[in-house]
Amino acid sequence: MLLALVLIPILAALAILGGAQARMAALVAAGLNLALGIAAALQPAAPFWSISCSVLSRPDIHLALGLYDGMSVVMLLLAVIVTLAAVLSGKAPEGREKLYYASSLLISAGAIGAFVATDLFFFYAFHELALIPTFLMIGILGRGDRRAIAWKITLYLGFGSLILLAGLLWLAHVAGTFSIPEMLARGPVDAASQKGIAALLIVGFGILVSLFPFHSWAAPAYASAPAPTAMLHAGVLKKFGLYGLLRLAIPLLPSGMHAWLTPLCVLLLGNILWVGFVTLNQRRLDGVLGHSSVMHMGYIFLAIAALAASPMNDLALPAAVLLMFAHGISIALGFGLADRIERKTGSLDFADLGGLAKPAPGLAFLFGLATMASIGLPGLANFAGEVMVFVSSFRNYLPAEGMGPVQITCVLAIWGVVISAVYGLRAFRRTFHGPTRPSTETATDLSLCERAPSLLLAGVLLAVGIFPNLLLSLLQ
Amino acid sequence: MLPWLLLLLPLCSAAVNQLYLKRNAFLASMLSVASVVVTLIVSFLLLGKTDGGPSYSWISIGDFQLPIQLKLDALSTGMMIVVTGIGALVHIFSLAYMAEDGAKARFFTCLSLFMFSMTGIVLAGNFIMTFIFWELVGLSSYLLIGHWYEKDSAADAANKAFMVNRVGDFGFLIGILLTFGLTGTFVFDDMKVGLNNFAALHPDLVGGLLAAAILCVFCGAVGKSAQMPLHVWLPDAMEGPTPVSALIHAATMVAAGVYMLFRVQLSLGAEAFEGVAGNAIAWVGGFTSLCAALMATQQNDIKRVLAYSTLSQLGYMVMAVGLGGAEAGMFHLFTHAWFKALLFLGSGAVIYACHHEQDIWKMGGLIKKMPITTLTFAIGTAALIAVPFVTSGFYSKEEILATAYAKNKILFGIAVFVAFLTTFYMTRAFVVAFLGKPRDHGSDHAHEVGPLMLAPLCLLALMAIGSSWLTKPLSAVDPRLIHHAEEHAEGHLLILGLSAAALVLGLLAGFLLYRGKDKDPIDLPLLQNRFYIDVVYEKGVVKLLQDGLAALIHFLDVWVINGLLVGGSARLSQSFGNLFRRAQAGNLQGYAFLLGIGVVLVIYFTTFWN
Repeated sequence: MLLALVLIPILAALAILGGAQARMAALVAAGLNLALGIAAALQPAAPFWSISCSVLSRPDIHLALGLYDGMSVVMLLLAVIVTLAAVLSGKAPEGREKLYYASSLLISAGAIGAFVATDLFFFYAFHELALIPTFLMIGILGRGDRRAIAWKITLYLGFGSLILLAGLLWLAHVAGTFSIPEMLARGPVDAASQKGIAALLIVGFGILVSLFPFHSWAAPAYASAPAPTAMLHAGVLKKFGLYGLLRLAIPLLPSGMHAWLTPLCVLLLGNILWVGFVTLNQRRLDGVLGHSSVMHMGYIFLAIAALAASPMNDLALPAAVLLMFAHGISIALGFGLADRIERKTGSLDFADLGGLAKPAPGLAFLFGLATMASIGLPGLANFAGEVMVFVSSFRNYLPAEGMGPVQITCVLAIWGVVISAVYGLRAFRRTFHGPTRPSTETATDLSLCERAPSLLLAGVLLAVGIFPNLLLSLLQ
Repeated sequence: MLPWLLLLLPLCSAAVNQLYLKRNAFLASMLSVASVVVTLIVSFLLLGKTDGGPSYSWISIGDFQLPIQLKLDALSTGMMIVVTGIGALVHIFSLAYMAEDGAKARFFTCLSLFMFSMTGIVLAGNFIMTFIFWELVGLSSYLLIGHWYEKDSAADAANKAFMVNRVGDFGFLIGILLTFGLTGTFVFDDMKVGLNNFAALHPDLVGGLLAAAILCVFCGAVGKSAQMPLHVWLPDAMEGPTPVSALIHAATMVAAGVYMLFRVQLSLGAEAFEGVAGNAIAWVGGFTSLCAALMATQQNDIKRVLAYSTLSQLGYMVMAVGLGGAEAGMFHLFTHAWFKALLFLGSGAVIYACHHEQDIWKMGGLIKKMPITTLTFAIGTAALIAVPFVTSGFYSKEEILATAYAKNKILFGIAVFVAFLTTFYMTRAFVVAFLGKPRDHGSDHAHEVGPLMLAPLCLLALMAIGSSWLTKPLSAVDPRLIHHAEEHAEGHLLILGLSAAALVLGLLAGFLLYRGKDKDPIDLPLLQNRFYIDVVYEKGVVKLLQDGLAALIHFLDVWVINGLLVGGSARLSQSFGNLFRRAQAGNLQGYAFLLGIGVVLVIYFTTFWN
């Protein structure tokens, strides 16, 4: 059945390219996938989900999909929810519907495949599959200097994928198998190669997740990308790197990850503090959103660092998964609404915006909710994730022995909650508060149809924020 | 289940208002008022109860639990009376005050949200729950300060309040985590045991670590209770509607910091506050009360006078907590809540009657136009300046002075001087605004406000006199706290004499200087400009440090990290790419090139697979 989750969007994409009504086909595929995803979350242990068929015998590669554990289920849920929202909120430029919707579906298919693949080769290949339509969407339908930006992210992510490929191949080599469950069953790999593999994986995955200092591709790409692409990439596809580190590096390379603990801590602080300050200086709403999404990766890396310091930490993995899910939903909400703002006012430059809450209170409410989620307000999912990350950093803290690198990093990282409050509220203030401007006074509020994708995402944020156990119970 | 009603009723009211009653302001306001009145009744029913009812598991991972659990004891049930009591009166007052506001439904939605959040802080059974609702009161405060968000000043003030509070929360969160490290728990009831276990293992370390944890936790109180140096948001918060100032920014939310400190003191034991941590807290409180009182003497906006007075009184409470006299601090919190709410609502009535004029120098002669309002305002003033024996403020202030006298004579001196300043600036405000002749069209045509506003004023006036007799519930909480009251009995007469002298001098100075004046005879720019602290923050910290640093880092990010690292690598691969393809640039080809390298790697690897 997981194969169906991957195939439905691919087939729908093919149908669209073959002439089917694009938006309708995409909506049907996304809706079907959401239903299947929820079914998978309700019955993850059922045997009919997984599939495995041999593709190549030397090396032994299988097209193997399965829900290895709750982490895959949560990521799958994230992917299908954001896909539906992205397709719903999309509005293709005249005559470009085919490319627009087919690409969105292919990104989704690739992301879903990567999260449920239990074979290393397909784990990697599905992510690559998702990158190609991402590049196409930016290069063809992007805003601003789209060719240069598409070129930049192609090279950048391609380069990251290449490093990652080297690391994964090395890992498969020392583990002696491409099957992820088999690797995990065998436990940590040979200690001598752990450090090297860990370095390749941290950098490779790190580039894909915009780990500092490999983050320069992210904000311009999101600013240029059409809304569904930004939502799917920042919300879902980017989590692939974090998922990979949690899935492979933490259980298989404990000593290797431990060896890179301090550099990892420094880099994640780069995400939170350095990029946080960069976000403060943004003059456009999409710049704030793009950089904030880079910044928030730092908190998930903090949970990874807590696991690298002590793989026995029982809170860090659920915390990381919870925050990945929360961030994915909230940033998709942010990008989706920013696109609405641009369509209604014609600009995302703070100099042109202001007072939008008056003509569009519904939009202000939903965007306010997205802002509050991203700055970690209780009741919304991100807060639960962030608090759990902080608590997990102190889970193994022994006061008598002083603070370790993880605790020191956590203390510094908490300054990030101040920074994100400042840029988040400033952005909201400049867009929605104050007197109306020429571009905003004639703006209309969201119609019910336009609200639908945001309500879906906002509802999920609230539900998970108030009842985090909904997700956490999947992880037990 | 009764305690849960306290939490859930306002939440439901806020949710229903937001979802269904956005366009029906009347029903929305009625629903909010009804919910707060019911919670007030429930609060009375819960007095003396200790069973918080079932807890709800918010987060559970294996054996790790973060529950939402309600803690009922004398402290929390007593505080609930203050919160719901003043809450109910402010809701009723708002019915009249906000009658013509276009966004009345939104206003009452936010008020209900505030009641929900504040109840959560009061009833919190663990630190994470405190923090959750701590942030939520921050949100409701932000929404209510920014109620008139079309005004730039209101929108800026709302942002400022939230951001400054976040600075305090930075320390607060670290403090919570440090306490967790020390005691192994977030639950207030289990902290003492955890701390003792740790102290038994590491008797030499516990003092320093505990002091660090408490000071970090205190940062949260500095933000929320607007102590120096994070006090700057509170005066600006007066941009919100005046009932909001009364409820949130005078009586309840700003007192949450003091309440939280007291909760921590009960959980960790009073001795945890001895030494460096307690001293630092006491001095921050004393310093705040002094500076704020000085600033209040030169403010012309009636709400700002009251705002600085609130800062100063909060400083008193914090000082008392730091000196180990948490009972005195809480007692003052209880009495202060009523009379400060009274003063704010009174000022609200005056502002309403004078057509939204807030400058006391444009008022005058209101005693003839609005006699009942004037009378209640006078009672509130009397309580604030602690007129002996007949006002509640006298008893609580006396306890604070006694605590200071017993523990720290310098702080005692400061506290007495602050008492003089308090009398002086309140006399000034009263004389200028209510006595003499009307100085402006607005005050000349002022009328007494309607019964919906007068009723809360009169009830609050009763409480300003009598609350000290009704609410002294704290001694039941911790028998150790009673000792303080006995220890300082010997200085009693001296304290009484000095505070009476401060009162008389303040009254005299205020009357003599300001009677019959049309402009301020004293002109101290240093105080009018609030010691230039706001300027330093705005120009120095925000513009220079924060935004300057942000601009610098952004520059480095673009030109160093992006330019060198990425640009360099991009150029490198570009030149590689040029070897393989014709001059035409295209991203797909670049990607195909990289993919090709990948394929080569895979083939190479599989060939040498063993």
